[in-house]
This record gives sequence, C-alpha cells and structure tokens, in this order.
Amino acid sequence: MSQHESSPKTNGGKRTVLVCQGTGCCSSKSPQITEALRKEIEAQGLSGNVEVKLTGCHGFCERGPIVIVEPEGIFYCGVKIKDASEIVQSHLRDHKPVERLFYKDPTTKQAVPRYADIKFYKEQQRLVLRNCGHINPENIDDYIAAGGYQGLAKALKEMTPDQVIEQVTISNLRGRGGAGFPTGKKWTEARRSKRTPKYVVCNADEGDPGAFMDRSTLEADPHTVMEGMIICGYAIGSSEGYIYVRAEYPLAVKRLRIAIKQAEERGFLGKNILGTGFNFTLEIREGAGAFVCGEGSALMYSIEGRRGMPRVKPPRSVESGLWGMPTVLNNVKSFAVIPLIILNGGKWFASIGSPNSPGTAVFALTGKIANSGLVEVPMGATLRHIIFDIGGGLQGGKEFKAVQTGGPSGGCLPASQLDLPVDFDSLGKAGAIMGSGGMVVMDKRTCMVDVARFFLSFTQDESCGKCNPCRIGTELLLRVLERITRGEGKPGDIELLEDWAQTIIKTSLCGLGRSAPNPVLSTIRYFRDEYEAHINEKRCPAGVCKALVTFGVDEEKCKGCGLCVKNCPVGAITLIEKKKPVKLDPEKCIKCGTCIENCRFDAIIVR
Amino acid sequence: MDVATQSKLQEVLAPFKGKKGVTIAVLQKVQAELGYLPREAIEEIGRTLKISPSEIYGVITFYAQFRTTPRGRHIVRVCRGTACHVRGGAAVLDQVKRELGIEENESTPDLEYTLETVACIGACALAPAMVIDEDTFGQMTPGKVTDLFESRRKGKGNEPA
Repeated sequence: MSQHESSPKTNGGKRTVLVCQGTGCCSSKSPQITEALRKEIEAQGLSGNVEVKLTGCHGFCERGPIVIVEPEGIFYCGVKIKDASEIVQSHLRDHKPVERLFYKDPTTKQAVPRYADIKFYKEQQRLVLRNCGHINPENIDDYIAAGGYQGLAKALKEMTPDQVIEQVTISNLRGRGGAGFPTGKKWTEARRSKRTPKYVVCNADEGDPGAFMDRSTLEADPHTVMEGMIICGYAIGSSEGYIYVRAEYPLAVKRLRIAIKQAEERGFLGKNILGTGFNFTLEIREGAGAFVCGEGSALMYSIEGRRGMPRVKPPRSVESGLWGMPTVLNNVKSFAVIPLIILNGGKWFASIGSPNSPGTAVFALTGKIANSGLVEVPMGATLRHIIFDIGGGLQGGKEFKAVQTGGPSGGCLPASQLDLPVDFDSLGKAGAIMGSGGMVVMDKRTCMVDVARFFLSFTQDESCGKCNPCRIGTELLLRVLERITRGEGKPGDIELLEDWAQTIIKTSLCGLGRSAPNPVLSTIRYFRDEYEAHINEKRCPAGVCKALVTFGVDEEKCKGCGLCVKNCPVGAITLIEKKKPVKLDPEKCIKCGTCIENCRFDAIIVR
Repeated sequence: MDVATQSKLQEVLAPFKGKKGVTIAVLQKVQAELGYLPREAIEEIGRTLKISPSEIYGVITFYAQFRTTPRGRHIVRVCRGTACHVRGGAAVLDQVKRELGIEENESTPDLEYTLETVACIGACALAPAMVIDEDTFGQMTPGKVTDLFESRRKGKGNEPA
C-alpha cells in the first residue's frame, strides 16, 4: 500500500490544487499563495473545474512552499505569491505546466515534474505519513474519503476488544516514542487491570531538538492519531483520552481542536460511537516547555497540572498512570498506524521492515543535507540509503562526516557506520538510539566536541533536578566540555568524561539522565582524535570553537567577488579593489563562519 | 492589580472552577491575557483552584513558558535546536543580541522586544529558524537578521529586503 492509493486524487472530475500549509510553508507565505491562486482561478473563470485545497505538511519543508496539481501530480516548489497567476494561466488554463518551478534533483540537476518521480518521495514507504500533504486536515470528509474511520468502524462493529489487541500483538508494533516497547503487551496489561477509570494518553511532547514528525503528522492528519486512540480506548476499556502537545506547536493544537469538534459532530467521539454503545472523549493538554515531560511519568504529572518530575518505576503506567489509574501512553506515530493494522491485519504490518522491528520508521532528516524533510522508510533501511538516495547527499556535495540520531539521548555515527541498518536494536549496538527519529547530518564544518557540548548544555538545562546523578553529573560533564572547547582541556579529561558518564548512566532515575551521556560517549568513541586535537594541540579541526581559531583570507584563492563582504554581519571584511583579494580584520571578526558558508572559492582559512 | 485586570482575571478563571488538573492550563490562559503572572494573580488562582500559592509557584518555575516579570510587546525566540545549531544558529542568535542590545531572557528598555531561546520549534528543515510572536522565519543568516529588524524599525513589518 502506498501513499497514492489512499489519497483522494480524483475529485469528481475536478482538478485540485493542493497548497501546503504546514508550519514550514506557512512561514514562506503559503496562506497568501492559496488566496492568490483562488483569486486568479476565479478571474480566469475556472472555478467550476478547479478546487484549491490547503493540506498539511508534505515533509519537504526546505523546498516550500509546495503546490501540487492533481490528478496529473505535478509538483511545484519554492512557489512565490507572484507565481500564482502563471500557474493558473499557463498550467490550469493552457495546460502548459510551469517548468521553472519544478523540483531539480540535486545529483542529476534534472527537473522532475511529477512528485511520484522525485527520488525523495519515490524511495519512501509512507504509512504514518500516508495522508500528509494529500488531504485537508481541517476537513473530516477528506479523511473519510481517504478511508478514515474505517478501522474504527471495523474494530467496534466486527471485533471484540481482545481481537483488537490480538491484531496489535501480532503486528509486533514497537512504541514509536523511541524505546520500542511492544504496544500489544502494553495494551494487554492495561486491559487486564480491573481498576477503572482507565486512560489513553498520546505523547505529542516532541521535545527532541531536530525532530518534527509528530508535529507534521498532527498538523497534516490529526484524525488518524485520534482514530488510533479511540480504538485503543475500546481495546483496553477506557472512555477518556488526553493528547499532550508541546506549547511550541500552536498550529498542531489548532488543527486538533478542529478535528475533535468535527469527529464529535459525526459521532466518532462522544457517547454511543457509531451506534455501538461505546463512549470516548478526547481532551488536549498543552505542555508548558519542559523536555523531561516526554518521559511517561513526568508527562502524566504534567497533565495533572503538577511539576513534571519523573518517579521511580515500577509501578509502570499501565498499572498506575494518570491520577494513579491504569493508563496506556503511546506516541503519535504508534497511534497513527493503528487504524491500518486493524484494516489490513497485524500480519500485514509484521511483514514490513525487519523481523524484530516491523513497520516503518519516520525520520526528520536535517542539518547539512541536500533534501531536508520527513522520510518514512521500512525499518532496516541503511543510513546510506536514507542520507544519500533519499536525502540526496550533503548540501553542496560536501563530504559526509557524521549523522546524529535520536536527539540529546542519541549518538553521533561516523562514515564507517553508514551501512548500518536502522532499527531499534542495531542503532543501540552502535552507541546511538532510534529515539524519536531526529537525524541530523553533519559535514566537516561541524566540531564533534562542540556537538557534545551543545547536547550537554541542553540536557543540563532540562534536567529536572530530582536525582543527583543527572542534576550534578550533567553539569560536571558540561563544565569539562566547555573547558575543552575553550582550549583549556587537560590530559586525562577524556577519561574523566568517560568515567563520569558511566556513573550517570548507571545511577540516574529516568531515561533523560541515563541517556544524557550518550552524545559524549559516542563522539569520544568515533571522533577521539578531535578531542585530542582540542586538548593537546589547542586546535579545533572543524574551525568552530571560537577560542581556538582565527579567520583569514587565502589571497591565492580569493577572487574578490565581495560576497563575504556583503554578508559579514560585523563589517570585518573589506573589498579594497574589485577582483582583488579582500581584507579581513581579525579585531572585528566574530568568527561566525558566515563568510565560509558564502565563499564559492574556499578562500577563507581557519587556523 | 487594578479593577479592570481583576475582573478580567475572574472572567478567565470562571470556567476552570472545580475542575481537576487544570493548573497549567489556567496559568497559560492568565499569562496570555496579562502577558505575565503577577504575584496577585498567582494568589487569586490559588484561591480559585484551592491550591497554595507556593505550589503554583513551583509549577511556574518548573516550566520554561511561564514568566513572573513583564515581557516586551514582541517576543523574539531564536531556535537552539540541533539542526539550527549545525547550520549556524549561534551566529543568528549573536546577531539578534547585537541588533536588540540585550541578552537572552532580557527585554529592551522600551519593552518593545523580549529575547528568548527555544529548544526546538520543529522547523528543522528551515534551519536556522527564529520566531517573532507568531511568525516563523527560516534559513536565517546574520545579514537577514539585520534586514529583518531594520525593516521592522522602518515600520515595514516583516519584509526583509
């Protein structure tokens, strides 16, 4: 099953213009583009034959704003407001697609008119993201037309709660929040509990910096997550659900509110759902900015309106969760595939991906990558396939240095690990984790010691402070890393970091502390030479750590184009004479690296 | 608190009376209305929800979103996420600091701007990114930061040249 089969492409003979209105495309004015398209279509007298529809995220945010014309599947990217009239007149009226807005493959440099042919999409298998970018998330009819709520109808009308759980167990779906706990097992235990009321909670507190698939899913297809939650409620015997969303995701919250209201009106939520006597309500709870609230017990305290501090486990949340009652907590992506598992059967899902980690994995591919965006592939795909075949390799064809997976709890993997199959188990063995699916690609301009320092400053800041190993340990690690990046590292610092890291891992209360040292350990494991260069030679090979570098101009390479002069934020570079090497004033230079990013001749030297 | 603020606060609190687990939602509502959480408001919330002000204060200080001092009319939030970091987010933050003449979590003397950083706004494909109030700006550079604030100073809104 692919994304295309499930999407309502034909629209009663009408053509459809889909305009992405995810957070990314909205920031580049897609709502105004939608308006401009509508106006022009009316002006051209095409309103009877063409419908303009807003959609959620296509997952290709960097090329936004994205406009797709169906049924031909023509894909336009980087669309501006002024392009609207040309799209309408040339494409919709005269049937000549606007070639200059086609996507150009970064490797072959060729224009690709149809999205189905774009490698970024072609190589993906979209289950979680199946409707994203193809339906209007603010219109329940679109979701229903794409097969929505059929899974719920099947579960409620044709299956017993035990049969639902049986299918989820057969599917061997493992929790998409990152830890990979078997969903079927969780649901079974919750069902077995005699205590009521029970709760269903969706974890949409996507706190990992570098991950945005949950946000995109909620913005683009909120109903699929809700449908999964209602099915879960039926299976475990719960009639109350909560969606815990980050406060930083206002658009996701807005679309969820609309979706909940529409589902209530249609009888998919509320009392006597689909006439079966089953009741279920859903409430949104907005987080207030605390990374640790992604941890299960902390999240539930936060829903209760308290400080989100994790507690000792057991008891686990299926025994004592929200308000001390049995609670199933699953991630957005886990709930999103539930309707498909019910419709197609657990066996179907188990046949996708690798045997121990079936299904697909969604990654947010970002950093120094050519095609930034959301990627969904069967579990077990290699890092190389994801980064080079789908991601199109590095920006500007630069050399790959490392990929960071799993956010602040994850690790950095070097080129030697590119053929690693990506699933829960393999990543763990290599010193990284699946986590929430962030995948940040780095080139030689990324300093690995600085990356470790960056993550530790994050976890130190976000440590809730309840247990000493995490509160004090992350602070100690951070101090040493800061010292090293300032050029004040001492022999023995690497061993000190490793020693403390092990203590923190062994003794911290929750997952935040236990995984906080991972970025340090994995960078030491694969990039020890960079630590040594900082400590022993007081040198930052990547030219990032400001205390250790000075910027200069290679007079042989510099062509005097003046691009760096124009872009320098502090006016530290001056053009003495046209086509002659520029002068860089080290006194004024703030070492921000803007000149390096802009130089086409590799003429900025970092020593 | 003046009478108008007091009555506004009552209006915001009314729908939450007698409900469980609404502390965070109440604080979010009150902050959205008043801009921050003054001491008098915290005490009033305590009376309404039947929770001690110290417990509420504990919740306020735990979450990054809440403020107990007034903020500027416009909130500038620079993303510190990983994708932004490897694509030069630090230089963007530095430039915003220079433009506004303030550090993180400070406000300009005229209370026009407050500068905050955020762990990740989830606009990673647009890295480095920043947000002013509700508007997201992607693929920022120090130069674009200067243009953006210059345009705002000239009253042209968010239309960097």
